[in-house]
Amino acid sequence: MKVSLNQKILSRNDDFAAKNKAYFRRRGILCLNFISSPGSGKTTVIARTIGALKGKLNIAVIEGDIKTDTDAQKIRAAGAEAVQIETHGACHLSAEQVANALTLLNSADAKVIIIENVGNLVCPSAFDLGEHRRVVVLSVPEGDDKPVKYPGTFAEADVVLINKIDLMDYLDFNLERVLADIRAVNPDAVILQISASTGEGMQAWYDWLTKNAGAE
Amino acid sequence: MHETAVAESILQTICDYAAKMNARPVRAVVSCGQFNALNDEVMRFAFEAAAESTVAQGMDLQIRHIPLRAACKACRISFEFDIYDPVCPSCKSMEFEFEPDAPLLLEDIEFEDPNEGIAESKDPEPQ
Repeated sequence: MKVSLNQKILSRNDDFAAKNKAYFRRRGILCLNFISSPGSGKTTVIARTIGALKGKLNIAVIEGDIKTDTDAQKIRAAGAEAVQIETHGACHLSAEQVANALTLLNSADAKVIIIENVGNLVCPSAFDLGEHRRVVVLSVPEGDDKPVKYPGTFAEADVVLINKIDLMDYLDFNLERVLADIRAVNPDAVILQISASTGEGMQAWYDWLTKNAGAE
Repeated sequence: MHETAVAESILQTICDYAAKMNARPVRAVVSCGQFNALNDEVMRFAFEAAAESTVAQGMDLQIRHIPLRAACKACRISFEFDIYDPVCPSCKSMEFEFEPDAPLLLEDIEFEDPNEGIAESKDPEPQ
């Protein structure tokens, strides 16, 4: 005896994602989900963005890590509120964890909430957290083969930040190849080249963020 | 390893239905697209591990991979897109337009006939 369901598999996660989305809508908040390998510089990008847009755009951050709250401390030192989620081994954040973290945020006037996912280029992309835009960070030292090796994650990105471009002259990194590989699976992604440590290219990112925050 | 979370989610639904129908599940069919593709081996292993000591232990899990159609922007040919080989099979261009990718779905669950009882023979055909 067969029972036909055609039911979405991660529907429990999707239910929480829908609740998170409603929360953001009620408050006029733009939510971004940052995904990358460990060590791509996500936290540095976010911290520098907070500093550069202080007084113009109120940003709060939800940090996801397997262990420790060192990233949340860096965000607080940059001047923004941060809530740390420790996943204790889980390789991605779930919408339920984000829903719980939202109850711990105090920033009533935050216009942007950035969720920094667990460093992992595979699993986080399967889980909708209720975000409006997905930002994938790829850093030059990781190598120019990442988009072709992890196409699923790049296919679902709204923005790809190519970080640490100040190291491009010292490493064998074929930028043309990276751009072509990202475009092949994602023709519509906004691709920006930045260095969060020198600040090069960051203005275009701030402009994108400010424009999109106003639109939500 | 998002397969672990997928396995737990499927198992929950299967166990809920098994309890509701008071029947033993024997087979389930899951389907996925290209961008949310499941690795068959990892998926089966994760499900087997999650199903241990439940009513779903030992059941068969089938995974259907739904092709993703893409159109080449250069030569306009329409073809089945392979995310791990993103090149136009005709002109070798790498710029495409995509049809929507299939979602992750639990398509159906097959149960043993409750009238047969759990201890009965697994062969549904009378001899």
